[in-house]
Amino acid sequence: MDLTLLFQLTLNGLIVGALYGVVAMSFVLIYKASQVVNFAQGEFLLVGAWVCWWFLTEWQLPFWLGFLFTLAFMTVFGLVLQVVVLRPLIGEPVISVIMATIGLGIFFQALMKWIFGVFAKPFPPIFETERVSVLGLDVQTVYLASLGISLLIMLGFAWFFTSSKHGLAMRATAFDQQVAQSLGVSVPKVFAMSWAISAVVSAVAGVVVGVVNGVSSALSFYGIKVFPAVILGGLDSILGAVLGGVIIGLLENWAHYLDSQWLNWGNMFQIAPFYALVLILLLKPYGLFGTKNIERV
Amino acid sequence: MAEEAPILAAEHVSLRFGGVRALTDVSFSVRRGEIFSIIGPNGAGKTSMVNCVSGRYRPTEGRVLFEGQDITRLGPNRRASLGIGRTFQNLALFGHMSVLDNIMVGRHHLLKTGLLRGMLYWFGGAQKEELEHRREVEEIIDFLEIQHVRKAPAGTLPYGLRKRVELARAVAVRPRLILLDEPMAGMNLEEKEDMARFIVDLNEEWGMTVLMIEHDMGVVMDISHRVMVLDFGRRIAEGQPEEVLADPHVRRAYLGEADEVTQPAEEVV
Repeated sequence: MDLTLLFQLTLNGLIVGALYGVVAMSFVLIYKASQVVNFAQGEFLLVGAWVCWWFLTEWQLPFWLGFLFTLAFMTVFGLVLQVVVLRPLIGEPVISVIMATIGLGIFFQALMKWIFGVFAKPFPPIFETERVSVLGLDVQTVYLASLGISLLIMLGFAWFFTSSKHGLAMRATAFDQQVAQSLGVSVPKVFAMSWAISAVVSAVAGVVVGVVNGVSSALSFYGIKVFPAVILGGLDSILGAVLGGVIIGLLENWAHYLDSQWLNWGNMFQIAPFYALVLILLLKPYGLFGTKNIERV
Repeated sequence: MAEEAPILAAEHVSLRFGGVRALTDVSFSVRRGEIFSIIGPNGAGKTSMVNCVSGRYRPTEGRVLFEGQDITRLGPNRRASLGIGRTFQNLALFGHMSVLDNIMVGRHHLLKTGLLRGMLYWFGGAQKEELEHRREVEEIIDFLEIQHVRKAPAGTLPYGLRKRVELARAVAVRPRLILLDEPMAGMNLEEKEDMARFIVDLNEEWGMTVLMIEHDMGVVMDISHRVMVLDFGRRIAEGQPEEVLADPHVRRAYLGEADEVTQPAEEVV
C-alpha cells in the first residue's frame, strides 16, 4: 500500500472533480433553462482555451488581460450561438436540437484544428513557482488555483440562483415558461443569458486545464466526462452536478490507484466513470438529485 | 355617453385553433377602476379571452388595446411590463421556491440594474434597489396575510394559501390591470370570503382594475361592477350584475333555465 500515492491521487481527484463539477454545472444550466442537451459543452472548453492561448502567445498580453478578453469573447460567443443556432430551433423536436449541438461540437472541433493545428501547445508559464507542497504532497500551483476558481464559481452560482433576480428569473423560467412570462420575464433573454454564462464558465475550466496539460483537442473530452457527472447528480440539479463531478473525479483517481497497485490493466481511470454511469442508471435512473417526471393523468 | 377611455378594450376578437372557434367576434371594454367579471359555462372561451389579453394567445382576428395602446402583437412579458398581471386557473406557483422568492420573481421587470451591475452587487446600487423591492414585497405579504409562511416552499402550502401566494405574486408585478382566472375555485366558504375581501381591497385601496373569471355566482354578483357573459365563444350579454342575471339569454345559456328540458349547466368548482 502506497499511502502517499493514495493521498496524492485523492487530492488530484478532488481538484479534477471540482473542474468536472464546474463544467457539469454549466451543462446543467443550459439544460435547466432551455431544455437543450448540449453535446458541444466540451468544445466550449476547447474554444475558450484556444482563444486565451491566442491572446497570450500571439498578442503577448499579460495573463489577467488575456483572460478577461477571453471571458468577454466567450460571452459574445455563447450569445451568438444561442441566438443564431438554437433560437430558430425552439419548438422543434428534441432530436433535432441534439443533432444541432452535436454538429456544433464537430464544427468547432474541426475549426480549432484548422486554425491552431492538431498538436498540443503549452501555455506560457503563469505562476512563478510551478509546484507547491500541501501537507507534504506535491501539487501544481495551477491546480491549486483551479480548485480556488472552481469553488469561487460554485459560490457565484449559488449566490446567483438564490439571491439575484436574474437567477430567480432563470429558475422561474426553468419551472414554467408561461408563468415566468406572465410575470414580465423575457424567456428568449433568459435562454441567451444561460448560454452566455455557460460558455464563460466552461471557458474558465478550459483555460485551467489548458494551462496544466497544454491546449489540444483532448480538452473536449471534458464534455464527455460531464455526462457521468450530471447523470450521477441528476440532469436538472446544479448541486447534483457539482457533487457528481467531484465523485467522478475521485472515482477516476481511485480507479487509477487500484489499477497501478494491483491490477495493472493500464487504463482503468478512463473507463471507471462510465462503469459508474451504467451502475447508477440501473439503480437510480433519475440520478441522486434529479426530479422524477411523474405523469399525472 | 361620454366616458373616460377604457383601460382595456377588446375589439372584434376572434380566436380559432384549426377548425375550433374558441372566440367569435368578442368586443368589450373594461373601465379603469372597476371589477369586471367574465362568466359563462365551461368551454365558453373565458380563459381563452383572458389569454388573449395576457398575451398567451394571439387573437386570429381583432385587436386588444391596453390604455389606448394596441398590444395585440406584444408578447406576454412585454404586457406584464406594461402593467397587466395575472393568476392562473390551475395553480402555477414555483413549487420549490420559497413564498418570498415566488413573489420576488414578480418584481423582475421592475429591476433596473442589468446583469453586469447585478454581479457587481455591492458597487452598482443593486443592493439598495433590492432592499427597496423587499420593502414593497413585505407590504404585499402583509396585505395578503401570508407573513407566517413567507419562508416556506410554496409547494408545501395548503391550497387556499397557495392561491393567495399566487395572487401576491401577480400583485408584485405592480399591475394596473390584474387578470384573475377563477381565484376562488376549490375554496371553502371562509377562504372564498377572504379572497373576495382581498379582491375588493386590491380594487378599492390599491386602485387596481380587476378582470376576473369566476364560477361562484354569489361572489360575482356581490363584488363585480359589471359582468360579461360568454357562451360558445360569443358574447351574449354585458352589464350590471342584476341586469345580466335577468337577461333571458343568460338564464337559458348559463343558469340552466331552459325552454326545453335539459340538465342545469354543471358547475365545476
